[in-house]
Amino acid sequence: MAQATAGVPGRRRLVGRRILLYAVLVLLTLLFVAPLLWMFSTSFKTNAEAIRDVPTWIPEEPSTEGYSRLLQPGSSEPVLRWFINSMVAALAHTALVLVTASMAAYALARMEFRGKKIMFALVISTLFIPPISFFVPNYLIVDSFGWLDTLLAVIVPGAAGAFGVFFLRQFFSSLPRELEEAALLDGANRLQIFTKIILPLSKPALATLAVLSFLANWNDFLWPVYVLFNSPNYTLPPGLAILQGAYAADYAVIMAGGVIASIPVLVIFMFAQRYIIEGVARSGLKG
Amino acid sequence: MEPQSAARTGAQPPLPLGPAAGDVKGVPTKGFSPTPYLFMAPYLALFFTFVLIPAVYGLWISLHNWDYLLPGKPFVGLQNYVNLFTPGSTTFGPFWSSMKATGLFTLFSVPLLVVVPLLIALLLNQQFPGRNFFRAVYFAPYVLGVAVVGVLWRFLLDPNQGLINYYLGTSIPWITALPWGWIALVGVTVWWTLGFNAVIYLAGLQDINAELYEAAKVDGANGWQRFLNITLPGLRPVLIFVITTTVLASANVFGQAYLITQGAPGQETRTAIMYIAETGLRQFNMGAASAMSYILALFLMLISVFNFVVLRERED
Repeated sequence: MAQATAGVPGRRRLVGRRILLYAVLVLLTLLFVAPLLWMFSTSFKTNAEAIRDVPTWIPEEPSTEGYSRLLQPGSSEPVLRWFINSMVAALAHTALVLVTASMAAYALARMEFRGKKIMFALVISTLFIPPISFFVPNYLIVDSFGWLDTLLAVIVPGAAGAFGVFFLRQFFSSLPRELEEAALLDGANRLQIFTKIILPLSKPALATLAVLSFLANWNDFLWPVYVLFNSPNYTLPPGLAILQGAYAADYAVIMAGGVIASIPVLVIFMFAQRYIIEGVARSGLKG
Repeated sequence: MEPQSAARTGAQPPLPLGPAAGDVKGVPTKGFSPTPYLFMAPYLALFFTFVLIPAVYGLWISLHNWDYLLPGKPFVGLQNYVNLFTPGSTTFGPFWSSMKATGLFTLFSVPLLVVVPLLIALLLNQQFPGRNFFRAVYFAPYVLGVAVVGVLWRFLLDPNQGLINYYLGTSIPWITALPWGWIALVGVTVWWTLGFNAVIYLAGLQDINAELYEAAKVDGANGWQRFLNITLPGLRPVLIFVITTTVLASANVFGQAYLITQGAPGQETRTAIMYIAETGLRQFNMGAASAMSYILALFLMLISVFNFVVLRERED
């Protein structure tokens, strides 16, 4: 690989540039990280300290009051319940996306059949239709299934998006065909080839899609706000909006809710950072 | 780009197989095989139910006085659309006010979200220790949902208890007055989504052939000239992608305004999506809401096409 060798400027100039570079980088880091640290720090304060005139970055009277008020049984804002709902919904949604998108993507990448071109064009063209167009009709469709105010409403409809199919089709098309051909000669059928050869070869792409689907569902806000009505059925994002209303200026509690909603995605980001960033980066290169 | 090559290789038999190979399950033959359709079926079921049918059903709804709570849903033809263009109708004022809010937000946020991430990507597109760490840090806010970002910044921007006013030594009404509301919403959005665009730019930068830069240096081109003549042209497809997706994302703004300004002051920062959702799913005036969503969708698609055409043309 050709590495960009940065000319040969004078050594002192190089060192000066390095220092300037790191100064800018560190400043930016503060800008991005400080708000998150503030949320974390505030969540461990008493409410009095949370709104103190002179802010304290490290709680002087550390307290888990915010958390205990949210997690106490019988609370009208059952955050633990919301957390479980969010987790169930995001996992189920991710599984649904992986199964349906990978099967369709395999057919589109490797099989010839009547109507394929039209189907693919139709699926891709919907990538350009703003989701708001589906908002009201999908509400009625979900209602007709009896799914309003249930987790099914936040699990299933979102899996119809075209991104997963598009993303995996690109990846499957790039796989070498030799293994499949050998398997076909050995008498393997399509399902065997798909599960035993294609899927194992596609682990990185599947992991990327899984992580992106999980994050999207975990963070989804607009749709759950309108299709979930009763507090016990909420996921975390609409729940946070309720917390903000219910606890008005009780910022320690609200920030505790924010931390609870952030921890899973930040943990996932820490471990799957490569998949997330590569997935995003690749989406631009295809554009 | 790949689609063509995939179609090409898919069309020809993979290997010089004997005639018997045509009988092997799944190998393309003239005869009908249900296999591809079975593979497509689960996704297509979702796609028809939640994308294709709604796209048509929504049009149908928009032609009715469709109140979710009332039994009768009389057909009104294009009346819902006509109302949106008739000054003085109940929907005219609020709808265009919300469109204006969305338009302003898009106008303010897109230039920042196109330029600032590019600067950061250029910064990160050098060899230095810790590069991936900084890239991850700048990207991190993006993995948080808008709900977390909204409640967090609602606190930071609190006029009395917020950190922002404390450190600026001001008492700016970030969430209740203009132009502060717009500055707050745009600033929060830039903070939240900047890393996303930066990562896309960075991938684009790394795709540019390093030898081009070497050649330009040999020819005596300075940094700015290299940026104009190598980096920008090399980034063009990525730039089109970033501009288009950023415009669409900004035009769909909802959560920030819902949680931080809550439309204030008055309804000045109530965005189109907020108004459509309220009309359709709180007041249950679904016919009007559907009509509005199609008008908004039309705007967005026109903008996408415009971006595409304008940016593509410069290439020639």
